[in-house]
Amino acid sequence: MAEIKLKPLTALGHDLPVTEALGPWTLTERFDVALASLAPRRGRLDEVRAAAARAGIPMSAPARAELGATFGAFWMTPDMWMVEAPFATHEDIRPALLAVFGDAASITEQTDAWVRFDLAGPELERLMERLSNFDLAPAPEGAATRTVIEHMGCYLIKRSAQAITLYGPRSSARSLHHALTVAAASLA
Amino acid sequence: MIINHPILGPRDAAEFVYLGDAALINRPDGMTASVETFHDYLYLRDNPAGEHRELWYHEQGDRSWLVVTRNTVTHEITKVELARDVARAQGRSK
Amino acid sequence: MTQVNRIAGGQIDRSQTLRFTFDGIPYQGHPGDTLASALLANGVRLMGRSFKYHRPRGVIAAGSEEPNALVELRTGARLEPNTRATVVELWDGLVANSQNRWPSLRFDALAINDRFNSFFTAGFYYKTFMWPAAFWEKVYEPIIRRAAGLGSLSHLEDPDAYDKGFLHCDLLVIGAGPAGLMAALTAGRAGLRVILADEDYALGGRLNAETFEVGGQAGSDWAAGVVAEVSALPNVRVMRRTTVYGAFDHGIYGAVERVSDHLAEPLPGKVRQTAWKIYSRRAILAGGATERPIAFENNDRPGVMLAGALRAYANRWGVAAGQRVAVFTNNDDGLRSATDLQAKGVDVVAVIDSREGGELLPGIRHLRGAEVVDSQGRLGLTGITVRDARGRTEVIRVDALGVSGGWNPNVNLLSHHRSHPTWREDIAAFVPGTGGPVGLVAVGAAAGAFSTHAALASAARAAAQVVSDLGGKASYDLPQAEDAPVAISPLWFVHSGKGRAWIDPQNDVTIKDVKLAHQENMISVEHLKRYTTLGMATDQGKTGNVIGLAVMAELTGRSIPETGTTVYRPPYTPVALGALAGRSRGKEFKPFRLTPSHKWAEEQGAVFVEVGMWLRTQWVPRQGETEWRQSVDREVLATRKSVGICDVTTLGKIDIQGTDAAAFLDRVYANTFSTLPVGRCRYGLMLREDGMVYDDGTTARMGPNEFVMTTTTANAVLVYRNLEFARQVLWPDMDVQIISTTEAWAQYSVAGPNARKLLQKIVDQDISDAAFPYMGAGEITVGGLRARLFRISFSGELAYEIAVPTRYGDALIRALVEAGREWDAVVYGTEALGVMRVEKGHVAGNELNGTSTALNMGLGKMVSRKKDAIGVKLSGREVLVAEDGLRLVGVKPVNPAHPLTAGSHLLKIGATPVVEHDDGWLTSMVYSPHLGHHIALAYLKNGAARIGERMRAVNLLARTDIEVDIVSPHFIDPEGERLRG
Repeated sequence: MAEIKLKPLTALGHDLPVTEALGPWTLTERFDVALASLAPRRGRLDEVRAAAARAGIPMSAPARAELGATFGAFWMTPDMWMVEAPFATHEDIRPALLAVFGDAASITEQTDAWVRFDLAGPELERLMERLSNFDLAPAPEGAATRTVIEHMGCYLIKRSAQAITLYGPRSSARSLHHALTVAAASLA
Repeated sequence: MIINHPILGPRDAAEFVYLGDAALINRPDGMTASVETFHDYLYLRDNPAGEHRELWYHEQGDRSWLVVTRNTVTHEITKVELARDVARAQGRSK
Repeated sequence: MTQVNRIAGGQIDRSQTLRFTFDGIPYQGHPGDTLASALLANGVRLMGRSFKYHRPRGVIAAGSEEPNALVELRTGARLEPNTRATVVELWDGLVANSQNRWPSLRFDALAINDRFNSFFTAGFYYKTFMWPAAFWEKVYEPIIRRAAGLGSLSHLEDPDAYDKGFLHCDLLVIGAGPAGLMAALTAGRAGLRVILADEDYALGGRLNAETFEVGGQAGSDWAAGVVAEVSALPNVRVMRRTTVYGAFDHGIYGAVERVSDHLAEPLPGKVRQTAWKIYSRRAILAGGATERPIAFENNDRPGVMLAGALRAYANRWGVAAGQRVAVFTNNDDGLRSATDLQAKGVDVVAVIDSREGGELLPGIRHLRGAEVVDSQGRLGLTGITVRDARGRTEVIRVDALGVSGGWNPNVNLLSHHRSHPTWREDIAAFVPGTGGPVGLVAVGAAAGAFSTHAALASAARAAAQVVSDLGGKASYDLPQAEDAPVAISPLWFVHSGKGRAWIDPQNDVTIKDVKLAHQENMISVEHLKRYTTLGMATDQGKTGNVIGLAVMAELTGRSIPETGTTVYRPPYTPVALGALAGRSRGKEFKPFRLTPSHKWAEEQGAVFVEVGMWLRTQWVPRQGETEWRQSVDREVLATRKSVGICDVTTLGKIDIQGTDAAAFLDRVYANTFSTLPVGRCRYGLMLREDGMVYDDGTTARMGPNEFVMTTTTANAVLVYRNLEFARQVLWPDMDVQIISTTEAWAQYSVAGPNARKLLQKIVDQDISDAAFPYMGAGEITVGGLRARLFRISFSGELAYEIAVPTRYGDALIRALVEAGREWDAVVYGTEALGVMRVEKGHVAGNELNGTSTALNMGLGKMVSRKKDAIGVKLSGREVLVAEDGLRLVGVKPVNPAHPLTAGSHLLKIGATPVVEHDDGWLTSMVYSPHLGHHIALAYLKNGAARIGERMRAVNLLARTDIEVDIVSPHFIDPEGERLRG
């Protein structure tokens, strides 16, 4: 084996995740969640649902996200979910999911395709109405949608009234961070 | 405009990409159809003032291709379907 | 003596004094003032010069409809021309200047235009400056623009930020006058999500400008009470200084909130304005009405105003527009202005009422059946000529005249979908017609319900209907309010005199111009508008349009409804382009996409190039390199000699899985993929259905049912879209799942004779030629980390692409550079990449130009006709398979010292450079440091048969004409021995 040890960086280029205050809100770049897409193969949805239920992987309803004990998931398309799991136990997520689903589903590693920002604080809709056309305030907890933020296609998940998760394209992490900070500054 | 997505409900048309006439679903079979048939499929379109069935792609959403029935005069949208359902109903398979 | 015209009362805060200057002269006003009210309070009537004739002009109105009082607001980069003084909130230190005058407002040299007014009638420009055509752009237009025109731009970049945003509501209420407030109150109390927007900074609309009571208290107090109540409701959002400027499809409205326009400059971090996109289920238009004047000779002098504006200035701002005031009216509302002014202690010297008979106002000289036929005063009104019912004329000395010709409902938003308003004879006004935006209804004065009671009642009713339509229940109590009927006898213009009577003072359109338009058969209102410019520019004819078409109606003998109105379009009032752009300006125009090696490249001082949204390394200069070619040549030579590393992450990567994945690829690629063994990759060619080449790339088979497709950087999104179309729509039962993995992998090309040696230091597995042959692909590890390796080459060298999860991409470029030190490895950018691919004869964007077939590219054999794939059928069309069609060739200069010019056309030796002799063109041109001269790829007619021919490469724009030899497009290693080595 080559004697090489590569060191990972966050999407913003940090060694470690950073939490910062944006006015009344806090923004954290998460660096501890593995992602993989889960797409049942044709005709095998029931099989996949059963396996998922056994493994504790929630297969949420359309436009919804769910969190289980270890795994979380959100709905992406009529035949695809994104599964979330902690680095601590599932940093290499694809083999873990292959073990659960075998050839009943197509599973693709997605951890590095996204930058994840968690935003927390009161009245997040005041911030998000500057950025996204998603109607956040009346949306239920667990609402998950793809939305456009300053030209960037992102997933927005409402975890609670005071917490949301944004998954944005990893290569645009700096631009997305900039969009969030200037919007927050204009409201401060 | 607002497109009432069959799964996601009302969504801003800005999230979609427009393709055109839903007749594009009916692609001829490349092994049996003539060049003329393909030519008509690709190039000949109706341009109605009124109801029009057209393909929209929810690119900034759930990536579903939709068939939207829209009045080209008033922009009234009377029906929105998943294109895969329409395609299957029209006999497309694999 | 300051504020000579300030009188008692009004909603201004006299405890504070604000200083401001107009044309450099200092004045004072109070919080609550507009620039217009403060100028009037200071006795300033002359505020501008007119568009064409440079006539002295003053303020006419008290709101956003103002056509005349346009000023340049602020200075320096924040200078804003054509700002309506009536909507500028006064702040301490405000600086405004008049515009369209030289050298000064009081003495304007171009006022000479007024003497030659007979030349400047409608159509003047069209007729006078028609010939010669070439003169228009260079001579006429600059002169006209200087002479006729509005304010000037600062020519500096706007220093302020603008924002945009998205709002959602059940009910949008547009306008916060009595009707809007009543609608918001009714719907808000019933629990609907309501947005109440008004362009003014003080909510209440006309209630702030009137003296009558609502619900037993002053109208303005009732308004303040309602505003307080609805503001406290969590389901109601009250937006001041917010103009709803347009109605769009399906309940979407555009609005601009002037967040900081009332301040000298925005507070730090704050935006100047925010453009909102409002999604509503229903909307109520409570936009009120706009008063219109009556045209008479010389009716444009400063001091001639709308009667309702006169009383608004008195009641809301505590300002008398003049010391001696008269009112000219054809309706009872004009009488209200006279009595309000008199109650305020203003000397109302006469009311000229065009209607005959009826009761006379007590205590005021009320002339019935009379008209104002002319006015006097050079820089401001000094008197009016009145003709009484018996035809006797009299000059009355006044310094302000209020004119009321009735009120026009503000139907604009309802007409944004081409719905035409309908004429109501009883109130002599256009009211909303049918077929407006779905879900939008008008109430109050906007719907022709002019009394306060009628406005409140119509609004409450409409709001309750919305509540009920949306499944709720609403109840309301109407407050007591005046319910005066509309009493009007239409009079549009005074038939008298030979002078000019203005109907659109902003564009200097007079009745004579309408007559001329009629005479020249421009009788359609749309023609009238464009011929005379009636109703154009910042006010869009809010005060003058109806008079113009009434004049046309009289001239043509048609009724006003037969004559009709022009189509109203968004925006309702001017919208700054900055607000529409929002954050998308300069470097923030679009987001950037950064490659995994970006941080490292920045540290190296790399030069970046924008490729779509990506920032890619273009080249990496080393110390002492001063010119880009030095860096690029070095990168190419070092790669070919030893080894080079390039970030190729930007290429699109799509993960394709499913039991039908292979069959699916056979459908979307022109060549065959189902035969590709696991662990190998293949170059694929994707066609459009019309047979042209769409995209190319290498696709690897990672498992029996698992592929990784690569696309060009430019087409990644489009190819993905097409794959979804093929998967969902064309073959919906295929078992195929796809997802983009472009960003998930940091991918580097390692190319050159020492590429394998370098990589062998990095990867854990044996990658000898036997273990990892040309076009091999597979999962490997890098120090135990999962990674992928592809043995593919774009340069013609022995080359690999290695991919690791993106978070390790920064570490990998550093590791590759470190490992490559012993071979003097270079990192090369897109320029060197381009040079090497041209040297190797690979097609790229310039050749994949959307009008080229595989045959054109010399790749005709790749198109398999044994299967059905997108584009294959039509690629076989007769004209596309002609033997003598364009073919890809290589081009090199006969004299190696001669540079080639991109875009040059290929001509036979001796042929004149005309289109008929054009045999092809250079698609890509580079300097090849390897060969020591320029080379190019080209499309050449019958090119395959012309290898060895000597031709000329001619570029008429660059004035180059070079002798060239046609050669194979593969300039290096045509047999591919290097990359298989």
